Amino acid sequence: MDAPKTGDFAHIGKSVVIKGELSGSEDLYVDGQVDGSIEMRNNNLIVGPNGVVKASVSAKGVTVQGKVDGKINASDRVELRKSAIVNGDVVAQRIAIEDGAYFQGKVDIQREPGKAVAS
Amino acid sequence: MASVAANVMRFFRSSSDQAVTPPVPQKRMRRSSGMGEVSRLLNLDESLFVLDLGSTSANNINFLTAKGHKNYSEDLLRASLDPDLQIQDETGKLIVDSKKFLDENLTYPNGLFDIVLLWNLPDYMEENLVKPAIDRLWSVMKPGGLLLAFFHTRDAGPDSPCYRFHITGTDMLEMQDVRLPEKRSPRLQRVFNNRHIENLFRDFASIKFFLARDAIREVLLVR
Repeated sequence: MDAPKTGDFAHIGKSVVIKGELSGSEDLYVDGQVDGSIEMRNNNLIVGPNGVVKASVSAKGVTVQGKVDGKINASDRVELRKSAIVNGDVVAQRIAIEDGAYFQGKVDIQREPGKAVAS
Repeated sequence: MASVAANVMRFFRSSSDQAVTPPVPQKRMRRSSGMGEVSRLLNLDESLFVLDLGSTSANNINFLTAKGHKNYSEDLLRASLDPDLQIQDETGKLIVDSKKFLDENLTYPNGLFDIVLLWNLPDYMEENLVKPAIDRLWSVMKPGGLLLAFFHTRDAGPDSPCYRFHITGTDMLEMQDVRLPEKRSPRLQRVFNNRHIENLFRDFASIKFFLARDAIREVLLVR
């Protein structure tokens, strides 16, 4: 997946380092480094191939192409692309993992209330 | 002259292109009686805690979470090859520091897991890590929990391929060659016989062997 167009996502470029709490109400593309926490409750987060996130992450959808150390909490979907390295627990409604991705942690799929669990 | 040089360059370019094409990891299927037994527990209508110690497998995560279970993934073999774990013993030989390994890996509360999928890791892990790792697994499993492990039945040589196992059905596994970083392949360290295996898991309540046609001994243990 290529980087999204600038107008679609707020960008954090690969030379940027942020330490602290990051929150917002628009989709975010992180190709730099973030240490702390990321809170994008109703929006999507993409961690680009150069992105290094050492933070707990909360977003609607999370796509990881780079590295994440920390808990990922997505109200919708988590996608780990083949270059992803994730150390931390994932809580989401759906998860997709490409062959080649590295994941260490717990996966907890929380279904929407009323949705049956597939057998 | 220029066209000869161009042809020579084209020749080298095409050779080089062929040389860098990465080998596609081979996949094959196997029926697993041990997995069939584990699936009987997985199919019960309760949410279980499952620890998968092989390389990251989307199949396994999807298979387990679709049934409502909590899946924990930890690539134990890759973790055991961390160069920072290497120390010298009293003879100067490089060994893996088992204490540091257990400080950094398999760090779960006691009695957490209903099922542990150990796969074939004991055959490929460093000698001095195997017993401590299995003792730790005993601690983090619930009484009555199941552990599934695979062992070679005969020495297939150090280059015998190490597989990761993807669950594709109740008793079906897809086997895929493990490729470590720097394109290294894990090496078969030893072959355990039945008595070794019984000693290795002597703290477990029961042990059941399944002998498969492909020279793999499946072992199902009850904590």
